[in-house]
Amino acid sequence: MAEIKVEQLRKAFGDFVAVQASDFVVGDGEFFCLLGPSGCGKTTTLRMIAGLELPSSGRILLGSEDVTFKRAAERDIAFVFQFFALYPHMNVRQNIAFPLKAQGMGRAERAKRVAEAARILQIEPLLERSVAGLSSGDRQRVALGRAIVRNPKAFLMDEPLGALDSELRHAMTGELRALHDRLHATTIYVTHDQLEAMSMADRVAVMNRGVVEQIGTPREIYDRPASVFVADFIGSPAMNLLTFSGRLEAGATEVHLGGAKVAAPRLRESLPERELLLGVRPEAVLIDEASPLRGAVFGAEYLGTTQIVAITTDFGPLRARLPADVAMRVGESVGLAFRPEKLSLFDKASGRAIHTALHQGAAHV
Amino acid sequence: MSDFALSGVSKRFGDILAVDDISLEVENGGFMALLGPTGAGKTTTLRLVAGLEAPDRGAIRIGEADVTRLPPAARDVAFVFQQYSLYPHLSVFDNLAFPLRSPVRRTPEDEIRRKVTETAALLRIDAKLGNSAARLSGGEMQRVAIGRALVRRPAIYLMDEPLSSLDAKLRAELRLELKRIQVELGATFLYVTHDQIEAMTMATRIGVIDGGRIVQVGAPREIYETPRSVYVATRLGQPRINLLPRAAAPDLAAPPGAETIGARTEHLRIVKTGSSSAHGKVERIEHLGDQNHLHIRIQGQDVVTLADPDAGLSVGDDIGVSFVNPLFFDIRGDRIGAAP
Repeated sequence: MAEIKVEQLRKAFGDFVAVQASDFVVGDGEFFCLLGPSGCGKTTTLRMIAGLELPSSGRILLGSEDVTFKRAAERDIAFVFQFFALYPHMNVRQNIAFPLKAQGMGRAERAKRVAEAARILQIEPLLERSVAGLSSGDRQRVALGRAIVRNPKAFLMDEPLGALDSELRHAMTGELRALHDRLHATTIYVTHDQLEAMSMADRVAVMNRGVVEQIGTPREIYDRPASVFVADFIGSPAMNLLTFSGRLEAGATEVHLGGAKVAAPRLRESLPERELLLGVRPEAVLIDEASPLRGAVFGAEYLGTTQIVAITTDFGPLRARLPADVAMRVGESVGLAFRPEKLSLFDKASGRAIHTALHQGAAHV
Repeated sequence: MSDFALSGVSKRFGDILAVDDISLEVENGGFMALLGPTGAGKTTTLRLVAGLEAPDRGAIRIGEADVTRLPPAARDVAFVFQQYSLYPHLSVFDNLAFPLRSPVRRTPEDEIRRKVTETAALLRIDAKLGNSAARLSGGEMQRVAIGRALVRRPAIYLMDEPLSSLDAKLRAELRLELKRIQVELGATFLYVTHDQIEAMTMATRIGVIDGGRIVQVGAPREIYETPRSVYVATRLGQPRINLLPRAAAPDLAAPPGAETIGARTEHLRIVKTGSSSAHGKVERIEHLGDQNHLHIRIQGQDVVTLADPDAGLSVGDDIGVSFVNPLFFDIRGDRIGAAP
């Protein structure tokens, strides 16, 4: 196992810059997610680390070794794809053993490694089965087995669960994380699914248009998004962004939305009058009849324990996650309050987070 | 727009009884979601209504007409599949116009133009009408695919997981849009999904399907609050309903025959230690982004609830748990007190 270090890594295809100069370090044994929408450059980044794509500039270090110009086969990295490419004419055991056989490993050692991988993945009873008859979850386990047997320095995974249905996907995220906790293998995992990233990763790098916008633990990314893009991308429903204009004074503990005072984390910077965004997570919205900040109920989505209530305000639309037993009538006017310790502020023009007692501002990357 | 019904419909593929004596009625303007895991028979049911499969037994009615033996084209249905099948060489406009230009329909060109423009506006893709379909994002493609079904005004719309290939954000947006469109058009929908959130938020009624049989039909709230069985109870709700042996809460008054206690977040009152019917410990708080799950351990049982942000609990805290009107299931997994 080893640390992976990416320095000023950049990739252009003709005029199109897929990955802007990126820097990050994946610690030894860390589970690191590259998260972002399609086309953000996450897969290109992973393919460069794997050696499937040559960078336009920058360096990749695996442990202390510079592997930037090494071929994929020389990097001692295992790659797991979304479309589990299993050999249909081989059984499970042969599929798992294949990479070892290709390396020329002896029969006894091979058998030992396959048995160990099968034990870790709990697929021992399947070893003699044909892969053709396997469920999609088991096929994915076999694909993982093929990666594990090699005992590589790192695992790279490109949306390995993307082809599974949501229920199985959720079960597999739990399995993958448990597997990681047993193997402690350095892992880089690419996904557009924030739930996968949030539930599995030690740290997440959120990418947008070839740029790493923020790197942090799932909590940090969720509670203290460094940019409007991250705030909007993470969370379901996404963070509410209420538009207002104002001047900010360092030390203040409230902002003014029209005539309403809203308590906020203590401001750490001053800014002249401008358009601002107040970032409020749906679960940080409270109904408070005494509040001067008003909204009109637009609709409610019932989710069982909770409901998502859509509310229109003078500052933009808002979604609130409330207990399902709070009765909401469409068209009704409601008073709104927010949990102050959960609020973010953004400069609308640049999209960067404003420095408060909660936020370190945009200095995350 | 019309209502439709299946009565006593069965379909077998070799040894597998994919659809087992299903009867289902959907009212005009209704939104019925068929919810179940992969292999439960929901897609086969949809294909039977579409006419893509012929039933071995039973009848299918759309409006007043018995369509059981009619080919798909004669049924006046439109369907949308999980994988958008657009014509990549055609523009968005021509993709949307395609169903109207079919020789059997002979729609005049100015009417085609009007309908396509209207539908595009409804789906908010009007700015893209001139684009080639191959140059759209995934969400736009799926909107065009849905638009192709909407340009016609069929008796019923059949949708097979139309949102499942999209990312979470787009899925949430299109969920709201699709529901809005269905209400605006007063359209009748049969919608197949394994996603409980889609079923709960969009459907007027949910049909829960298991092993080719409909096990319960009802409004989302009804299914969630009064499930007929353990199986149905575990279909809806995140985190999943906790199922505890009766013995885990000996002090709790339970009806005769109760074997299992079903407890969702709203059935559990969790306080820092005090006198309660059960005691436990906070094991883990899982931050899933949109919600936090509180993992606790009571009498050797793992229990997962939605974390209350005001409860101020942290890992390792000793807690008291009391049950508030939980659900009770008998030894067969049927809910005690459920309507037969």
